[in-house]
Amino acid sequence: MNQSEWPLWEVFIRSKQGLDHKHVGSLHAADATMAVQNARDVYTRRLEGVSIWVVESTHIHASNPDEAAEFFDPAADKVYRHPTFYTVPDSIKHM
Amino acid sequence: METLEKDLSRDDQFQARIDADVRIEPKDWMPDAYRKTLIRQISQHAHSEIVGMLPEGNWITRAPSLKRKAILLAKVQDEAGHGLYLYSAAETLGASRDQMLADLHSGKAKYSSIFNYPTLSWADMGCVGWLVDGAAILNQVPLCRTSYGPYARAMVRVCKEESFHQRQGFEIMQTLAAGAPAQREMAQEALNRWWWPTLMMFGPKDSESPNTEQSMKWRIKRFTNDELRQKFVDMMVPQAEFLGLTVPDEKAQWNEARQAYDFGEVDWDEFWSVVKGNGLCNHDRLQARVQAHEEGAWVREAALAHAAKRAAREAAAVAV
Repeated sequence: MNQSEWPLWEVFIRSKQGLDHKHVGSLHAADATMAVQNARDVYTRRLEGVSIWVVESTHIHASNPDEAAEFFDPAADKVYRHPTFYTVPDSIKHM
Repeated sequence: METLEKDLSRDDQFQARIDADVRIEPKDWMPDAYRKTLIRQISQHAHSEIVGMLPEGNWITRAPSLKRKAILLAKVQDEAGHGLYLYSAAETLGASRDQMLADLHSGKAKYSSIFNYPTLSWADMGCVGWLVDGAAILNQVPLCRTSYGPYARAMVRVCKEESFHQRQGFEIMQTLAAGAPAQREMAQEALNRWWWPTLMMFGPKDSESPNTEQSMKWRIKRFTNDELRQKFVDMMVPQAEFLGLTVPDEKAQWNEARQAYDFGEVDWDEFWSVVKGNGLCNHDRLQARVQAHEEGAWVREAALAHAAKRAAREAAAVAV
């Protein structure tokens, strides 16, 4: 629409040491430094995070939801990938 | 299940997912009308948060103590944050931030009419928190389970923060109601002004709300306007009594048979008049937003120019 809109950034926050960064939302910022500062003010006003990642939204590539069925289907019939597929004799411990 | 889905039209498949309480995510197929309804609702909601900063901003410099001032500042900052969560949810549907702001500034997009009422005394800060945010919470809690994922997630965040807003408002009312006669009077006078406009926040009567049925079917809304209004009255009349204040409605009486409070009819002429732009502050609110946007334009442009210059300099350094 016009060139003055700041780029959109996706924001990921690590809520505490030892946990993954998790997507929390997005915001507009002129550059990465500003995106991190804005993310602090918008998404961590109550100590929700100890670390912030920002990624310009245009850099995110995603799977296509319309093809989700076919795309994820190969995993559906491989129950042998789960430990519960196997029977362990009662007398066997620690397995 | 698969063969069944193939037999259904895309609209029916969509409705089947909604009925199964599957959340809809940004890139999923959705009917155009669902997308449009959400963009309208989420952007209006965002605009309400942003415009909602103005009536309280009015009192930041005149808060009666440093504690109250710090609290009010934090609350207004939260509202800016809530507006940003919501704009970002609307953008996942393909709406552009600039377009949403342009629609607000041109008057094409609406925001909650409650913010077109003036905040005349400090007790109004109490009423805005206690009543207005109380009504907002009733609206927003069911939206945490709304069918569109990004909207629902934004609302979870908003609701977590909103309950402090209501409690600080109630505390202001409690302090005034337990204070000197002049303070008690101030509290009652504010309640008298805010009660009816707050009841209007839930929107027109169900019989005059043509969008409700479709929104309920899509599980965007989970309760009707009248259901929420009744819940609000049932919650608030006893709270007012606790404060030693009286809601300005003679018909607000407990109905044993219904196990709910009866209450009088909202002045719908006033409601529609404010929606149409004739409230006491419609003009000021919009003007304040437009002015802030226009006067901030050079900052937004300069930040972009600075970012471009720095990126070019870094690229040149890498090239060497």
